[in-house]
Amino acid sequence: MGVEWSSAPASRSARQGGWWTTRRRSRQLMGLLYVAPTVIFVAVFFIAPLVLVANMSASHWTLLGGNKGLNLPDNYSAIQESSLFWPAVVFTIEYTVLATVMLIGLGLGLALLIQSGGVWKGFLRTAFLLPSAMGLASASLLFYGLYSNQIGPINPILETMRVTTSPIQFLEEPLSALWWTTFLIVWRFAGFYMLILLVGLQAIPRDVYESASIDGANRWDSFRFITIPLLRRSLALSLILCITGSMLAFDQFYILTQGGPDNSTVTIVELIYHYAFQSQNLGTAAALSVVLLGILLILNAIQFLSLRGAEEFR
Amino acid sequence: MKSTTEAATEIAAISPRRFLPPVLKSVPYYVLSGAAAVVFLFPLAWATFASVNGTPGSTQTEGFGVGNYTFLWDWQNGLPTYFFNTVILACGTVVITLTVSLLGGYAFARFDFPLRNTIFMMTLAILMVPVVTLLIPLLVLLKFLGIQDSLLGVALVMSMFQLPFATFMMRVSMEAVPRELEEAAQVDGAGTFDVFRRIILPSVRPGMVTVALFAFLAAWNDFITPLILIATADKEPLAVALTTMREQTIGIINYGSLEAGVVVMALPCLILFFALQGQYVRGFMSGAIKG
Repeated sequence: MGVEWSSAPASRSARQGGWWTTRRRSRQLMGLLYVAPTVIFVAVFFIAPLVLVANMSASHWTLLGGNKGLNLPDNYSAIQESSLFWPAVVFTIEYTVLATVMLIGLGLGLALLIQSGGVWKGFLRTAFLLPSAMGLASASLLFYGLYSNQIGPINPILETMRVTTSPIQFLEEPLSALWWTTFLIVWRFAGFYMLILLVGLQAIPRDVYESASIDGANRWDSFRFITIPLLRRSLALSLILCITGSMLAFDQFYILTQGGPDNSTVTIVELIYHYAFQSQNLGTAAALSVVLLGILLILNAIQFLSLRGAEEFR
Repeated sequence: MKSTTEAATEIAAISPRRFLPPVLKSVPYYVLSGAAAVVFLFPLAWATFASVNGTPGSTQTEGFGVGNYTFLWDWQNGLPTYFFNTVILACGTVVITLTVSLLGGYAFARFDFPLRNTIFMMTLAILMVPVVTLLIPLLVLLKFLGIQDSLLGVALVMSMFQLPFATFMMRVSMEAVPRELEEAAQVDGAGTFDVFRRIILPSVRPGMVTVALFAFLAAWNDFITPLILIATADKEPLAVALTTMREQTIGIINYGSLEAGVVVMALPCLILFFALQGQYVRGFMSGAIKG
């Protein structure tokens, strides 16, 4: 029986062989033709730069002079010896932690605010999302004016309301520069994370809450033992996007603080830009780019594994 | 015996928050949500106000008027040049992204060919690599290709960054199109491109709008790509040009005109957002699925 079953398709394909394989082959060819632009794009603008950046990181390569031959460990040791490197790493991590906590915390808060209903929830959702339609660069330029002493409205308003006596110096101190830049980021991105978390919240069935409240759970219990665990996937996605995005912070610091005061807000990407265009040393910039790629791949692997671990544990 | 709905209402009635009088329950909600809405809307409203309100140091020194905008019109290479560059970049990116991802999505959704999954994964892998890691070598590579310091080169690079989302979106949309129609057309002797043009394209229009919207917004607002890849001032898009305005004069910065520039940059994005809010949310959710 079994033998007859398995031999049947074979004999049929043998009989129809010629026509069938030609047709299959022509469809394969058509497929390759349609995917060709994608392949060219990926090869020329993604794979080739990846190979080139590795090569550049191992070479003495200047912005104007081009390739001047291999110098392998030099670019990497130059990074380590630079007085800007470790502070930039530490600052980028500090900023990433702060931005991630603020964005996910406030994003969840806003999502719960929308989820709790109310007459104007459509208006609220639009209001929170509106800044995410703007570019980060234009948002940073907006806040550059908003924080300025010359035109900024916040200090005059606070003084009229007699909340503060001396004006807030938004970007003059290292710590306040970090906080006020994070405020801009929260303004620009909180709506985005609200949306991810809102999608997750809406997927939680209502009857889970109802049966919990029958069992005597209060609102905090429901939040802690129902909302958070069932929101795990959305939270994990937000976490990955937020950490990756913050590790690559550039626009906001380049525009708002220009790395200052006293180089206290230089991020890793800003340092790459600095190497490439101020020092005009593409080799060092490439080496730091490779280091950054390595850091991100490790971070992504850790997050991926811990997410998968959490799934299996469940 | 009570019906289930009656029981549910009763349970809802005894849940703790129902013990609060309705007004008291809603007051914190309104205070909190009202304050949040003000915080989110205030900067946008202020930027619009500051762009027309006269302040010392700006072109518009007193009263209301469009002085800051007229200053911007003639500033350096002129607002029309920067606006035109931004439009070219954004529209170029949309056209290139749509063309490549529609054809690629069709190949992935309907054809079987060698290395199909490898090519798809490689396309998605673009997301894993920091933009700046690719921009440093691209600076050299575009020179080698003879398209350095050009809007075409930047649009091609921006399209590459859009490709993972766009290809994924197109593949998913096309896989959702039922195959029956195509099979009927094929029996009638239609070629694969006829099928693509007459059956697939009209069915994936919503996906195309989403991909186009995201590509447009990303390219319109991209800062670091043109900052690194464009060297000549008359090819700069708005984001880069306005930032040089901030650096231009030490001491007094023309903040009024800066905010006018912010309004010019933000306006097309906000209009698109209001026109296509549904698409924005939808596209964003399908983007969220990939994670």
